[in-house]
Amino acid sequence: MKAMTIEEKLSVDKFFVDEGNPHIIISKDAVDPKEIQKLIKACPAGLYSLNEDGTISFDYAGCLECGTCRVLCKNTIIKEWNYPQATCGIEFRYG
Amino acid sequence: MSDKFDVIIVGAGLAGSTAGYILANAGLEVLIIERGNSAGSKNVTGGRLYSHSLEKIIPNFAQEAPVERKVTKEKISFMTEESAVTLDYHSIRLGKQFQDSYVVLRSEFDQWLAEKAEEAGAVLATGVRVDDLLVKDGKVSGVIAGEDEMEADVVILADGVNSLLAQKIGLRQELKPHEVAVGAKEIIELPQNILEDRFNLNEGEGASWMFVGSCTGGRIGGGFLYTNKDSISLGIVATVGDIEQSEKSIPQMMEDFKQHPSIRPLIKDGKLAEYSAHLVPEAGYNMLPKLYSNGVVVVGDAAGLVINIGYMVRGMDLAIASGEAAAKAILDAKEKQDFSEQSLAKYKQLLDESFVMKDLQLYKKFPEFMENHRIFNEYPKMVDDIMADLFIIDGQPSKPIKSKLLSHVKKIGILNLIKDGIKGVKSL
Repeated sequence: MKAMTIEEKLSVDKFFVDEGNPHIIISKDAVDPKEIQKLIKACPAGLYSLNEDGTISFDYAGCLECGTCRVLCKNTIIKEWNYPQATCGIEFRYG
Repeated sequence: MSDKFDVIIVGAGLAGSTAGYILANAGLEVLIIERGNSAGSKNVTGGRLYSHSLEKIIPNFAQEAPVERKVTKEKISFMTEESAVTLDYHSIRLGKQFQDSYVVLRSEFDQWLAEKAEEAGAVLATGVRVDDLLVKDGKVSGVIAGEDEMEADVVILADGVNSLLAQKIGLRQELKPHEVAVGAKEIIELPQNILEDRFNLNEGEGASWMFVGSCTGGRIGGGFLYTNKDSISLGIVATVGDIEQSEKSIPQMMEDFKQHPSIRPLIKDGKLAEYSAHLVPEAGYNMLPKLYSNGVVVVGDAAGLVINIGYMVRGMDLAIASGEAAAKAILDAKEKQDFSEQSLAKYKQLLDESFVMKDLQLYKKFPEFMENHRIFNEYPKMVDDIMADLFIIDGQPSKPIKSKLLSHVKKIGILNLIKDGIKGVKSL
């Protein structure tokens, strides 16, 4: 199998994105590089990335709802973490 | 549907649906609420189900349930970047009734079990997220979902490893990074005949394969491979508390694992069908929450009921047994019309008497043992080097086997080896 990027992998998954209604809210002005690195390394969907100004960005659309970021950074970068609204989010067809 | 149910179960996974099945069969009015659009659609396993606990409840279930393959081959590999040293055990003994285990995919399997609960008379409501619990006079008396409130004598929290409801009601703390691991998994499709040829499998038989070492970049965790009917479940599991020290990200670990020289030929020409991730409770006995309170019990992953002993990870058979124990305790409580904490203590008592707590207790030192980084670095390297010395001939004068072995053991230190050996054996 050819190497695949995480974006390519997520594109085969089935999502019902709750447009405009993120289930995870991060603190946009967080700059602690240690905390930021934790999230970048740990998110299995690679949804956290570092901005040029040292802040962090996050895209909830490809979230697999594992909760790793909540466990790691609940009281630092993650301001709110909930499951998506009913019927929204990832739908595993195999699991 | 009456206004009030006897029991509301949050989560139609294996623990929830098992409890629902038993309670509905006994004539209770049961509501199972699932946030996914169908049972299992938010669930992930590695994964293998040891049959014994479900076999007791639904005899010969594997003949009707959507199982992928019966496991008759167990493999374990020590892995370095360049090599893999593998133990391969193939036996029909692995497939005998009550000893058998099956590779399953949760989306399909959980739907089947939820349907069994429905056939028994339980009401299944999918696409509903429970936001909070109703509490009256210090007793859980139902659930809140959006604008709706639904009441019950007892609520069973079967809402998975990241049980926000058990946290809200104070039965468990926030999960700590060293208590859980994150698993990432790919479903890779292969034609059935090619898959059976590659893994040397008879029709319907399957392989379970665990990896330790470079697959997690030398950090705490491991890799896994299970054969489905016409796909492979391939993934890694890494302890969340150890990722900070890791050089690689989780997606990178997964991709590097796939490109390992021992894995690459196994998935050649395969097609990715799904990429998934999930948390796995790992601390076992040391992370047990308060399992019951007035009007509420916690089961399955929500209670952290998983045993991880390195070469084997078990959660689903414990989830099923905990669902059964909860159901029995509730039937008892129903008879007495007493749903107090004191009455529901029967649930813990039944768990204590079963393999669930006995096994969790037996292996309670293992998670600590796994925190030893030699297991993921020095030992796979040592085994690799010994094998290389035994098998590589390059024209240089050979050395006696004894000195070959000793030179590699000495790199780690004989004392370390003895110490780790004793600790490992003691924790199992």
